[in-house]
Amino acid sequence: MNPKKANPMDSVNAKGKCEAAGVRPPEPARLDLAEVRERLRAKRGPEFWRSLDELAATPAFQDLLHREFPRHASEWTDGVSRRRFLQLASASLALAGLTGCTKQPVEKIIPYVRQPEQLIPGRPLYFATALTLGGYATGVLAESHQGRPTKIEGNPDHPASLGATDVFTQAAVLTLYDPERSQTILRAGRQGGTWGGFVGEAGATLRALQAINGRGLRLLTGAVTSPTLAAQIADLLRRFPEARWHRWEPAGRHQSAAAAARAFGRPLETRYDFTRARVIVTLGADVLCEGPEGVRYSRDFADGRRVRGDRQEMSRVYAVESVPSHSATVADHRLQLTPPQVEAFTLALAQRLGAAPSGGPVVSDATAVRWLEAVAQDLEQNRGASLVIAGEYASPAAQVLVHAVNQALGNVGSTVYHLEPLEADPVDHVASLRELVRDLNAGQVELLLMLDGVNPVYTAPADFGFAQALQAAQKNTVLVHHGLFDDETSEYCHWHIPAAHELESWSDARAFDGTVSLIQPLIDPLYGGKTSHEVLAALSNQPDVTSYDVVRQFWSTRLTAGGAFEAAWREALLKGLIPGTAASPTPAALAGGAVEQAAGEILAALGRVEQGQITLLFRPDPAIWDGRFASNAWLQELPKPIVKLTWDNALILSPKTAERLNVSFHETVEVSAGGRKVDAAVWILPGVAEDTALLTLGYGRKRAGKGTGQGFNAYALRTSNALWSLPAVQVRGTGGRYELACTQNHHLIRGDEVNEDALATEAAAERHVIRTGTLAELRHDRDFIQKEREKPAADDSMYPNYKYPGHAWGMAIDLNVCTGCSACVVACQSENNIPVVGKQQVLAGREMHWLRIDRYFAGDLDAPQIHHQPLPCMHCETAPCEVVCPVAATAHSDEGLNDMVYNRCVGTRYCSNNCPYKVRRFNFLRYSDKDTPVLALVNNPDVTVRMRGVMEKCTYCVQRIEQAKIESKVEHKPIAANQVQTACQQVCPTRAIVFGDINDPQWDVTRWKADPLNYGLLEEINTRPRTTYLAKLRNPNPLLEPAEGAEHGHA
Amino acid sequence: MATLDDPGFAAALQKPYRPPIVAPGHTTASVTDQISAVVLQRTPKWWFFGFAGAFSLLMVFLVSVTWLFAKGVGVWGINWPIGWGFDIINFVWWIGIGHAGTLISAILLLLRQEWRTSINRFAEAMTLFAVACAGMYPVLHLGRPWLAYWLFPYPNTMNLWPQFRSPLIWDVFAVSTYATVSALFWYVGLVPDLATLRDRSRNRVAQIIYGFGAMGWRGSAAHWHNYETAYVLLAGLATPLVLSVHTVVSFDFAIGIIPGWHATIFPPYFVAGAIYAGFAMVLTLAIPLRALFNLEDFITTRHLQNMGKVMLATGLIVVYGYMSELFFAWYSGNVYEMFMAWNRVFGPYRWHWYTLLLCNAVVPQFLWLRRVRTSPLWLFVISIFVSVGMWLERFIIIVTSLHRDFLPASWGLYHGTIWDIGTFVGTIGLFLTLFFLFIRFLPAISIFEMRTIVPGSHGGEYSEVPE
Amino acid sequence: MQIFHRSTNTVAKVSIFGSIFFLAFFGWVYSTLLRSSYVTGQYVVKKQPVPFSHDHHVRGLGIDCRYCHTSVEKSSFAGIPPTETCMNCHRQIWTNADLLEPVRASYRDGLPLQWTRIHDLPDFVYFNHSVHIAKGIGCATCHGRVDKMPLMFQDASLQMEWCLSCHRDPVKNVRPRQEIFNMSWQPPADPQQAKALQARLAKEYDIHSLTSCSTCHR
Repeated sequence: MNPKKANPMDSVNAKGKCEAAGVRPPEPARLDLAEVRERLRAKRGPEFWRSLDELAATPAFQDLLHREFPRHASEWTDGVSRRRFLQLASASLALAGLTGCTKQPVEKIIPYVRQPEQLIPGRPLYFATALTLGGYATGVLAESHQGRPTKIEGNPDHPASLGATDVFTQAAVLTLYDPERSQTILRAGRQGGTWGGFVGEAGATLRALQAINGRGLRLLTGAVTSPTLAAQIADLLRRFPEARWHRWEPAGRHQSAAAAARAFGRPLETRYDFTRARVIVTLGADVLCEGPEGVRYSRDFADGRRVRGDRQEMSRVYAVESVPSHSATVADHRLQLTPPQVEAFTLALAQRLGAAPSGGPVVSDATAVRWLEAVAQDLEQNRGASLVIAGEYASPAAQVLVHAVNQALGNVGSTVYHLEPLEADPVDHVASLRELVRDLNAGQVELLLMLDGVNPVYTAPADFGFAQALQAAQKNTVLVHHGLFDDETSEYCHWHIPAAHELESWSDARAFDGTVSLIQPLIDPLYGGKTSHEVLAALSNQPDVTSYDVVRQFWSTRLTAGGAFEAAWREALLKGLIPGTAASPTPAALAGGAVEQAAGEILAALGRVEQGQITLLFRPDPAIWDGRFASNAWLQELPKPIVKLTWDNALILSPKTAERLNVSFHETVEVSAGGRKVDAAVWILPGVAEDTALLTLGYGRKRAGKGTGQGFNAYALRTSNALWSLPAVQVRGTGGRYELACTQNHHLIRGDEVNEDALATEAAAERHVIRTGTLAELRHDRDFIQKEREKPAADDSMYPNYKYPGHAWGMAIDLNVCTGCSACVVACQSENNIPVVGKQQVLAGREMHWLRIDRYFAGDLDAPQIHHQPLPCMHCETAPCEVVCPVAATAHSDEGLNDMVYNRCVGTRYCSNNCPYKVRRFNFLRYSDKDTPVLALVNNPDVTVRMRGVMEKCTYCVQRIEQAKIESKVEHKPIAANQVQTACQQVCPTRAIVFGDINDPQWDVTRWKADPLNYGLLEEINTRPRTTYLAKLRNPNPLLEPAEGAEHGHA
Repeated sequence: MATLDDPGFAAALQKPYRPPIVAPGHTTASVTDQISAVVLQRTPKWWFFGFAGAFSLLMVFLVSVTWLFAKGVGVWGINWPIGWGFDIINFVWWIGIGHAGTLISAILLLLRQEWRTSINRFAEAMTLFAVACAGMYPVLHLGRPWLAYWLFPYPNTMNLWPQFRSPLIWDVFAVSTYATVSALFWYVGLVPDLATLRDRSRNRVAQIIYGFGAMGWRGSAAHWHNYETAYVLLAGLATPLVLSVHTVVSFDFAIGIIPGWHATIFPPYFVAGAIYAGFAMVLTLAIPLRALFNLEDFITTRHLQNMGKVMLATGLIVVYGYMSELFFAWYSGNVYEMFMAWNRVFGPYRWHWYTLLLCNAVVPQFLWLRRVRTSPLWLFVISIFVSVGMWLERFIIIVTSLHRDFLPASWGLYHGTIWDIGTFVGTIGLFLTLFFLFIRFLPAISIFEMRTIVPGSHGGEYSEVPE
Repeated sequence: MQIFHRSTNTVAKVSIFGSIFFLAFFGWVYSTLLRSSYVTGQYVVKKQPVPFSHDHHVRGLGIDCRYCHTSVEKSSFAGIPPTETCMNCHRQIWTNADLLEPVRASYRDGLPLQWTRIHDLPDFVYFNHSVHIAKGIGCATCHGRVDKMPLMFQDASLQMEWCLSCHRDPVKNVRPRQEIFNMSWQPPADPQQAKALQARLAKEYDIHSLTSCSTCHR
């Protein structure tokens, strides 16, 4: 089918029109019930109904609906016409008429005219390509069904992936099809701009600039690692020597670069090798699920933590931080300090290890002091095999100190290494953007070209006033915006060029280690987007050059490894990377005086800190990063790791601080600092340090498709000198209420919220949901986890046990290495056509994720341990759901699968009620979007799209199992060990999930289940779950543990 | 089964004094006049008002159900973990109410409790209407109601049968059987009275309609003989059903593994609860009815008092049920059961539970007082309380058990929506509408049976009233 | 006075028994209707852009099924031939037959032919051709004598009971692999021999009854 045709273009372009560039689109007029009545009073009969229908369509009415009846707003999503309603009314009179026996519609078969070779109808093809985040590439394999990409898998050969991916990469296919993407070239905000028109106008301006060497020509991009793009830009700058290339990557590594510049004299990039680290100390860093190397780091980190079979070793991890990070949830020790205290601890540690000049009692608090000693000793005992990480969010000064510490510990070269910057022509982004704003205001910019979705109007530091600058420049500057979305920035621009998605583009990019990947398209641009290569080519008078020509042409001279270019090119495309392009570590010597200066800075900063001041931390959002994924419904509805909010960010406070400020869940506050303020709703999260508030980036957007109007804009407070941490903010309750949609312990009864967390924590502990222990305990008694709870005998049933002669599918999940990154959740959603239900339905408690990650606290809620527990269907051998289904819509397969047959389900929901794990999901309304044809393309053709009124749940990716079985039968050979992978297993960066045939000792899952740490959740109620868990182990430091309390923190 | 002329029963029923079932001074003729007059006279004004009210509620039902079918069960407040809400609560509530009728008619008949005769007719009618209301919910609550017929075992092109291990299938049979038998029982009881009406009505149409119903009844000895046999047989058939239906309904929960559902006490405790609720409803209807149609002579204080006694007794059983639930939770030492009990008493729905105790445990204790038992007003108030209490009981059992079950991470909360309420109010509308039609067009009190118990009459075979 | 005529008694009695027969009759009508070709589309010839005759191409010219349905051994989907395949021959023969104009047009303009689907399973059923072929189930077993169909129609009801009739006892339909594409193959006339052959093949091809829901529904 032709997706272009399938997609209702006008419906999209209708939104966000504005009369002249710079004019905001009108807010939908507000409306109240009185008005509605008013509008309808005069009307009678059919006229009345018609005007009612019209009214219902207006945004004003929708707005009213959400204001007055938020609970029922989502029921209006699928249209029921007045006539249909009356039909039903008459039908329901007789409680009949809704008959199920309808005839199937006649379908067409449309074969190819010329069938592409190597394509087998009905079988997918996989293409190696790469997807980037903040300029850095992750190698992926994209699954394509008859030319439409449906699923992204990691590329096992790619260093940044090793077969796994993060959430953003998983959700890429949805962005590709997103009908909210901009679809035509906009001229002054209006449709009807053409590529030719743009090329002509831009070309004319350029010719004018040629005379003055291109003074006034400005380029703004994010971080660029693409060799081809860099070459194109370099070429442009050669032709226009006076032109300037500005960079702004909102969530880029600005402080790290600054720190490196101070420490080593040049902005080196720091990389870690976790495989060699026996002791790891993180100081406010979250290296595992943050940024493009997180996936690889997670893998190496997990391998160092995995205790299996005869390997009885695991690394020791200390986390010192203010807000709970993924790495801290799998750490052995977690010290919760306010941001200034973290800096102080860093300094103290540096001093203790002799890496920084001593002076001043930096850390006084007893626990901190004890920690200092314990950590320092541990580090000293593991010189060269230890690793101290400050990360981007620590102040440059602190990072300098950490560089020094690693040097002092001899880690540099073993666990820490430095790379020459991978970004092309590295610059200080903040300075670069400041310069642009200055020149815009000074009217020195003739043509500003904003490439590849940069959205400075929304993301620029608040103190730059970028929007005003752009507004001012409109008169005498040609403003061009190129991006996937018609966003806040394009609103101000004379030209908006739709960008092609990476799955539609030819390009290239470098991974965190420098490895270059070629990016190849899986589908022609759905919405006629252009790549940056094409835009730049157009500016060099080659409007018709395709990005394929550009990229291929660039490599044709460079890619001659192994002789012939053609061969090398094909191999690069096949592998998804160009071998031997990884950057090699570069020696880095500490610049003299850097450390002393840094130490001084921190001491000075500490001097300024006053008690009770709240520090506001900014972080990229774990679901929508810096806001670029705001329109991606999968990511919006993804329960954010740890906090479990969906569709919104929130001002996250610790219980104590919230109490002090006298604010609670869902209550609105005003956060202000330096004359700037933003309103936000409060969420209370155990594990946040006192006097600390967290607000993630990416929300509060005005023009972001599905993300429009969700959450609160952190950028409004984020200034160029406080990129990640804003000291001394005022938080004042404003008495409003903003419902936040949380997927765990849905807090809907006011007043009862606070103790709900405590209650759940207590209950989880006495129910041994998460079994934990220490390495010492394991060494002392291998079976201590087994003894924790009595387990029914194997024959403890009224029915004879069913023997599973053939395969017996099962799963094991290693809680020890699950960092809660949630990639599995999105992978599952993508693989299994799981619908998005929207915020209101989440509030009602109806999210559809088959695989959820339960978060549990343990111990003291002011400084808790945090545990993650991925929870798919348990596929119980004695499944409680099966016996109660009146129509046998859920039944056991002869391989031990708990089958769910959607088309047999009548929707009594009895199975869900009787499921002790509550893993079943019900289509309460019509959740699958069948009105947007283009969204049908993202569906996996091997999985049924469920209709309203049926139950669904995790199937262990039965389509993959069946495919493997069919292949083995067709090829007459048995299924090889570990051949079948579930979507969640395949994507997991830490390999925490393993699936397979538990009858066959060859499969990993069989070995895992034999492990002494293996236990079944709620096994005491004799459900005999096929999904089991490996208990969470800690490797505490004896110096800290006694004081920390040696009890295994059961949760 | 005990034969009717078993002296044992009569003996058992000997009491020093019992007030007459019919106020003195009545003859068979006067009884017949007065009761049939209710039907044959011109319609009283209040009936129209009442009917209009009931009918408008019925329209609420129509709208709610239409919206439900148009959009899906998502219009209700259910979610996960709480997959059942008002739908099943109301189902169990109505089924419960639908018990008193057959109990009064069948069991009391077999126990030769003549006092039943003046209330059995409309009690049976009430049963039918309540079961009709209840019967709606299993269909309405389905995600795909148009496939409800899949719950019946019939040969189909899928070669599939329903899953007979599921209590819901047992429900299908239990409820449908009960409905059928109650309907037959009620109708058979009506036949002679329909004949009476046929003969007494002046208007041709009425004569024909009643005539059809009377199926050519002429009151010949042969008719009477067959009639008695059929009636007693049906009574015998209905008796076990009274116990079985709610037992089966209770299995819907008892079979589940959810703490708060998985309890062996459920069957007896549900049946008692059903009778409790049923009698409450009978009183709620009887008290206004006797006032409006001035039938005080037939539905006497003694009836009210007896029903009060039954309520007191069954009420105590129900309270015992509550207590034993708590006790066994504690005694089991099972962490889930104990939490469930704790959660009922102190959880977010604690107020529902306290109110439940007030309605079902505290208030009915007033029935110990003769003064209360004999005061229609008091009885009316108490029976209202009991009806509310029994609804809350089902709410507690379903919602509070589900909302916090095994895994703390999957805990949730439940709120009914306007559509939940609309559907509930709607079924009440349906019930009242049917009932208004019934009292208007059929004799609300069994005429011929009343005749048999008028002192000194020598009508039927159970004429001798123990003095 | 008499309201009803005496005969009404008889009428009443008869109607009581009549109702039972009426119900039975209704049930019978319903079940036959569900299996009628009106519902199943069995034996119904549907309009096609080109009146393609399997009879002519298969029996007449002896073209193998796989010449057009190329992916039948590799994929769930047997494959409908691209216009190219038609043109391979019709470039040379019947080059200007009016009947074939749509084919030539498609080839000329690069617009695909739109065939009307004959064997159309519901979207929640996942049938896979390749595995059935691999297990020795012949084309004719489900598609009937396609070589005798001048115009294509659906030979089996394709209802679940039909699928199950084989999935519950697959052995009765197995044939030697080399005979799969042979339209006219028949099991040995002698039931003993037939049984023996099928038993042997079932063993050889490792054939079991597969009735788990997820075998077909995912």
